[in-house]
Amino acid sequence: MTILRRALGVLGASWRFLRRDKKAMGGAIILFILLLISAFPSWFILDDPQAEIFTPAMGLSWAHPLGTTSFGQDVFSQLMAGTRESMMVAMLVGLFSTVISVVIGISAAYIGGIFDDALSLFTDVVLVIPTFPLIIVITAYLKGATFWLMVAVLVITGWSYGARQLRVQALSLRNRDYLLAARARGESAWYVISVELIPPMTSLIVANFLGAALYAVLAESGLQFIGLGNINSESWGTMLYWAQNNEALYSGLPLWALAPGIAIAVLGSALALLNYAFDEIANPALRPVSRRRASKVVPS
Amino acid sequence: MKFLVRRVGFLLITLWVAVTVNFFIPRLMPGNPAEAMMATFRGHVNPAAIHALEVAFGINTKESLLASYGQYLVNVLHGNLGISTSNFPLPVTTVIAKGLPWSLGLVGLSTILGFLIGTSLGAIAAWRRGGWLDNVLPPMFIVISAFPYFWVGLLSIWFFALTLNWFPFVGPYTSTTIPTFTWPFILDVLKHAVLPSFTILITSIGGWILTMRNNMITVVAEDYVKMARAKGLKPSRILWQYAGRNALLPNLTGFAMSLGFVISGAILVEYVYNYPGVGFMLLNAVSAQDFPLMQALFLLITVAVLLAIFVSDVATALLDPRTRNSR
Repeated sequence: MTILRRALGVLGASWRFLRRDKKAMGGAIILFILLLISAFPSWFILDDPQAEIFTPAMGLSWAHPLGTTSFGQDVFSQLMAGTRESMMVAMLVGLFSTVISVVIGISAAYIGGIFDDALSLFTDVVLVIPTFPLIIVITAYLKGATFWLMVAVLVITGWSYGARQLRVQALSLRNRDYLLAARARGESAWYVISVELIPPMTSLIVANFLGAALYAVLAESGLQFIGLGNINSESWGTMLYWAQNNEALYSGLPLWALAPGIAIAVLGSALALLNYAFDEIANPALRPVSRRRASKVVPS
Repeated sequence: MKFLVRRVGFLLITLWVAVTVNFFIPRLMPGNPAEAMMATFRGHVNPAAIHALEVAFGINTKESLLASYGQYLVNVLHGNLGISTSNFPLPVTTVIAKGLPWSLGLVGLSTILGFLIGTSLGAIAAWRRGGWLDNVLPPMFIVISAFPYFWVGLLSIWFFALTLNWFPFVGPYTSTTIPTFTWPFILDVLKHAVLPSFTILITSIGGWILTMRNNMITVVAEDYVKMARAKGLKPSRILWQYAGRNALLPNLTGFAMSLGFVISGAILVEYVYNYPGVGFMLLNAVSAQDFPLMQALFLLITVAVLLAIFVSDVATALLDPRTRNSR
């Protein structure tokens, strides 16, 4: 029962937060629609996305809202079908990298000493090595990345930023009185970390999840665009790859190349807007000045 | 002094990691793809060069892993990075030297310009808290910075080059002209750089605006800023010389941290515009299966980023005595 009540409490708090913050609301609505499309693509797909059955290179029409490719496929259906893969990559990479960031960042801060020095150094090294060229080299040897390989590579290269941020915040919380009290009571390290240390860091952890998801979406689409993903997959990046290879821009089919990019940009913006909103929770100074408060401030 | 030692130490460690990663990646790959590449070499290249490549990629080496690793480190230190298979028989370094100036010019200048403009805009936005700049810029650039770099490139090509016909978009200069040091040619090069540079600028500027604005908001609330106001100093002087200078410091560190990200985007921008810099070369090396060139480019990009981070760290320390003492 308490778990249920607590879950309801979290839901209620999130709802109140969304109602207050326009940026977060916008991001959440977009994300919800995209989740719906990826869960039930058949509701939105007009035609078989891969079938080359239509007149090639058609412009806009009611039957083909975004025209057709130069192979005679329906662009709109491809777009809808591709939603799932980008969302999956975003969510999975976001989840796994956040778990790694939390484990490494918090344990480094909590244990401290040489352990902290070693982990921080490791985090910093991973952070400064430019990841995208590294991913290019790895996937080039493997002649293109499958879905899970892509997720794995993006997680390995994407956790370090979050780990660094979480470590800094955990360090600042470490010596607060309530944590010292918990330790003085003789609580186990597990209890202190999971019940006392992590809950106040929730907004930063969520912000990190969103940041890692955004990184994943952009890196994945970039890799697929240059043909280092699975070129037969149904995804936005792969659409861009085929559009570029068939010179869609120069042969009067700009929508074929621009539409999947817009889709990536929409998903990316939704993640970024939510991310920013959670940053504002973690750091109240960044919140927009409310009109009532602003009027009290003496003009400078 | 202690700070400098730490930073040099960190630089050396990261350089070592980059070289080591570079050494182990081909060895960890299933069925060593470099082996096929080596077959094309035999009989065409002198045995010493073949041996260097074998060391680099771990093929039929009779030596232990450790010995070839040592040999590889020596080769890297001597700038001996092998022979490019797609530009046979040129050494990798010669090939890269051709691409480097284009990248330094395009990506280097655009990145620095983006940092300067973004930082100034962020400072002004925070200074006029709640003003129109502060209301418009953050949400706008949160959205723009979530756009894929290469797609912004495609969009600019479609809009500015194909629809409006304002700028050329392929290559570094008109392909029929011969590179010379004359005004018309330089103008031609600049014209070709406008769109790729704009693409890098517009996608990277948002990060600087947001972080600078956030730093500035904290700094403006400090007592010494109030004190400066109370003294009746000119607002512009407080903005740039008091608050701006201090808010800039964390942004410099941020500059270093996100440099890798900018470079990653720039690789794709060069690819979209057929701009012959190192990023474009890297992708060409990938599609030509030119592994020596690919690995050397990865190493070069990594070293460039690491050096830039080192420079900006040292710059931060020079500007801010607190960093020197606290670490």
